[in-house]
This record gives sequence, structure tokens and C-alpha cells, in this order.
Amino acid sequence: MLSFLLRRAGLMIVILFFVSIIVFSLVNVLPGDPALMILGQEATDESLEALREDMGLNDPLVMQYFAWVGDLLQGDFGQSFRDNTEVSSLLAEKIPITLQLTVMSFAIAVLIAIPAGVISATRKGTLWDSSATLFALSGVSLPPFWLGILLIFIFAVTLGWFPPSGYVPITESVAQSLWYMLLPAVALGVRLSAELTRMLRSSLLEVLGSDYIRTGYAKGLLERAVVYGHALRNSILPVITVSALQFAAFLGGTVITEEIFNIPGLGQLLVTSIQTRDFPVLQGAVMFMALAVILINFLTDVLYSILDPRIKLTGGSQ
Amino acid sequence: MEQSQNLSVQKPKAQNPRLRMLKTMLERLLQNKLAVFGGVVTFLLIFTAIFAPWLAPHDPTEQNYSAVLQAPSIEYWFGTDNLGRDIFSRVIYGAQVSLQAGLISVGIALIIGVPVGLISGYYRGFIDEYIIMRMTDAMLSIPALVLALALAAVLGAGLTNAMIAIGLVLTPNFVRLIRGEVLAHREKEYVEAGKASGISDFSIILKHILPNTIAPIMVQATLAIAAAIIVEASLSYLGLGTQPPNPSWGSMLATGQGYLDSAPWIALFPGALIFITVISINLFGDGIRDMLDPKMK
Repeated sequence: MLSFLLRRAGLMIVILFFVSIIVFSLVNVLPGDPALMILGQEATDESLEALREDMGLNDPLVMQYFAWVGDLLQGDFGQSFRDNTEVSSLLAEKIPITLQLTVMSFAIAVLIAIPAGVISATRKGTLWDSSATLFALSGVSLPPFWLGILLIFIFAVTLGWFPPSGYVPITESVAQSLWYMLLPAVALGVRLSAELTRMLRSSLLEVLGSDYIRTGYAKGLLERAVVYGHALRNSILPVITVSALQFAAFLGGTVITEEIFNIPGLGQLLVTSIQTRDFPVLQGAVMFMALAVILINFLTDVLYSILDPRIKLTGGSQ
Repeated sequence: MEQSQNLSVQKPKAQNPRLRMLKTMLERLLQNKLAVFGGVVTFLLIFTAIFAPWLAPHDPTEQNYSAVLQAPSIEYWFGTDNLGRDIFSRVIYGAQVSLQAGLISVGIALIIGVPVGLISGYYRGFIDEYIIMRMTDAMLSIPALVLALALAAVLGAGLTNAMIAIGLVLTPNFVRLIRGEVLAHREKEYVEAGKASGISDFSIILKHILPNTIAPIMVQATLAIAAAIIVEASLSYLGLGTQPPNPSWGSMLATGQGYLDSAPWIALFPGALIFITVISINLFGDGIRDMLDPKMK
């Protein structure tokens, strides 16, 4: 177990190293002079040059890379070009907002997927099954921005039940905050729920065909006890894997969802940083997202090996 | 004598095993109603995109200030936008943009991904294990849309650059898929036999391993086209894809969002088209997968 953990952790560090190279090189080929951006068009050549020197922009790229990574390792993400705020404090301000969206969408996805998957698998071939399958098929093809606009049109503009966009901090009013975040969370969560429904259905169908399920029925257990007590528990593992693998796409979905609903989270920060060429913010946001994805995948692997001890015998080399 | 008779009896039956296999596969595909539906709609969309200049009743960029924000009518089937442009014509031309973006970016991903995956999987070693695979891991841990956004920003806004960005983002998926296939095949006897008889690595890879990886590549490529269309629409929505005044479904959605209360058709039609296109391609791709490997369902 320990060697498995160590190997996975080592791999995680190697991947992070490559992510840092990608993020660093992306920004360093972006057109635009940071010094000019900070000082503005009226700046003199001398002051520009002095600032470049001061920021280390005249150093060789390799030196700049190591300086940047060194700072990152100490938790220093640099300062925004726009107003000199610490990128780390910007991130700290935005992350909880995106986290709220992510958690709510995930909860919605699971709340839809578990009943839909169970009904679909236990009533295989019925109208219930077909509807759940149809939902899964169309949900996977619904881009979050289109679903978002559709939800705004139906529930905000036409029915007037929800605000069309905006955000209320959870510290200000819990109810308001949840209310404002509900449409975005649905827009983002439906795709994942479709994915999970599909996965849960096939995994549950496989489990329902096994001997111990037949034993369960034979000794007179209620269907509910068999399905929820035994089958669901054993078919949830592949579903967890799928959620973890989908996490990167899910996080990407927050970017466009936040833009559509005007939620001031990490995604909107990222888009603004691209539009304003605010490199340190862009780097910080992308690094953080990649770190989140890598951590989630690591934790899933660990969780998996705890939940299913057989994994050590077969897995590990991937 | 008896042998030749036997042969002549069997001959017409086993005439061409490949053709027969193709026939059973095609039959299997045609039985899958959803896949047929997806294929037909996809074909119609391609047809629409190719013949857009003849099908569109209006010039998609022509502004008509006497017909701004008009509801759908006989003259303007899908209504007009805030500049008086015909939504129907713009949606038709938008199909061109979307399908082009899907095909070309997946083409780019294939051109880079297939050779890298083939070589990496065949030779293995340090570069494969520690550079190429970890690089794909790293690229896949940055959300695709985020990486595409950053790349598109680096390259500059515009459809061509967006397609390059999306192509690069899709590449690691193909590298991994093809590498995995090569790993599965390189230990097989036919490769061993090829090596023993002195065939060069180059022709083993190209003539013997590559043909065996075509099926999964085809499936992945079809599904990747759908994903690419979504990313292109997202980039255009954010202003980094197709530039105005050229029509693209993503930028039409962005415009339309501001008019949901007064002229919802501006957003609803292109959005519906994105959904129809993506679901059709996905259904068709799923169908091809089931056709090639009925066990995988």
C-alpha cells in the first residue's frame, strides 16, 4: 500500500512538473509586453526598461522558469498586472465561489443519476428504461452554455422564477445564494448526470446478474433491500472512476457556465485574465485547475484501492 | 478430384470474406435505428454546409436596418437579429463553420497524434514513458476548454487559430489511444514474424500495426468531432473563435443571450442546431462503435 501511494505521489509530481512547463511556455509566447501593460502607453523607455529588469523579464527563459516555480513552491503566485493584488488572494477569493458551483452541480448530477440509473437497470426494456437512456444520450450532447441559455430563457425570462444571472455570497444569505446558483448548477450538472446514468446502468446490470443477488432474492429480501443494500453498493466503483475522469471536463464547464451566468468565480477570472493579458493571474488559475484535477485523480486512485483491495494485484502500472 | 469439387462448391460462398464481413457490419449498423438517424442528420448537415450559398435565402452578413429583431416569418424563417441579418441564412452558414472546425481540428489531432502514438508505443523506452506519456497526462489534467482558450489567446482570435488550438488540445487523446493499441499488437506473433523475416520497423508499423488500429481511431475521431464542435462554439461564444461579421453558432448565442426577452429566436435557433449536430454525430459514432465491436455495448 505504501509503495503504491509513493509511486502515485511521485507520478503526480512529475505530471505537475510538465503542467508547469506547459503553463509557463504558454504565457511566455503570448504577445504583449507586461511592462508596457503595467505602466501604460505614456511610460518612458527608461522606466519600461527598468521595470523589465526589475521583474526579471530580461533574464533567460530558463532562469525565469525556475524563479517562477521557486515562488510557486512557496505559495507565491505573483501579482496581478492590473492592480498589483496578490494572485494567491485573488484565487482564494474566487475558489470558494467555483467550489460552490461545482459541489451543487455534482450533487444535482448524483441526485438525478442514481434514481435514473437504478430505474433504468431494474426495469430494463420498459418505457422507464428508454426514457432514462434517451435522457443520458441527449444530456451528453447538451453543451452547458446552450443548456444554460435555455434555462435562462425558460425559468428566468419567461417564467420569472429565477434571476437570469448574478451571484450572492453564501455568507450574505444562504437561501439567496443557493437560489442564484441553482440554474447554473443544473446547466453544468446535467451533462455529468447523463454520463453517470449511463455508467451506473451498465454497471448495475452487470451486478444484478450475479449469484449473490439471486441469493438475496431467494432468501426473500425485498427488491429495495437487494438493489439499494447490495447491488448499488457494488456497482458504484466504476461510477466513481467516471466522475473522476470527467472532473477535468467538468471544471472546464465551470468556465463557460460562470461566463453565461455572470458568476465571479475562477472561470470568469481566467477569461478576464486572457482578455486583459494578465499573465500571472492566467498562470495561477490554470495551475490551480490542473492541480485540482491531478489531486482528484490521485485521491480517487487511493480511495479505489481502499474500497477494492484486489486493485493492488492488478493495477498500479498504469 | 474430390478436393477440387469441394472447392468449387465452397467458392461462391466464401468468395470474399472481407466483403461479407463488411456486409454483416453494415447490416448491424442499419439495424441500429438511432445510429441511422444520426448518420442521416449528419449527412443532411454536411449537405447544407456544402450547398450553403444556394440554400441560404439571404446574404448572412447583409444588414437590413428596416428589418431589425423581426420574429420568424415567411420572409425570414428564423427571424432577424439586432442588425437585421437573416438568422436562417446565418445558421446555414454557421453549419459550414462548425463542421469545418470539427473536421479540421480532428484532422490536426490525427496528423500529430497518430505518428506520435505509433512510434511511442512501438519503441517504448525512456522518451515514451517519461516524456510523451507524462506530457499527455499533463495536457489532459488541464481542462480542454481552458487549454484551448489559452492557446487560442496565444495564437490570436480567429477561426483558423481556434481550429489549431482545438486540434492540439485533442491530440493527447489520440496519442494515448493509438499507443495503447500498438502496445496490444506489438507482442503478437505477426509482428514477431515480420521482424524475423527482416521487414523494417517502418513497414511493420505502417503496413501491419496501423491497419489494426483503424477501427478504434475511427470511433474516437467521430466522437472527437462532436467535442471539437462544442469547444469551437464555446470559443466563439467567448469571442476567441470566428470573428464578426462571419456567422458562427457560438457567437450567435452570445449575441442572442442579450435579447432573450425581446428576440429569443436569435439564440434559440443556433443553440438548437448545435444540439442537433452534436447528438447526431454522437449517435452515429456510438453506432460505428457497436458495429465494429458489438461486445462493447
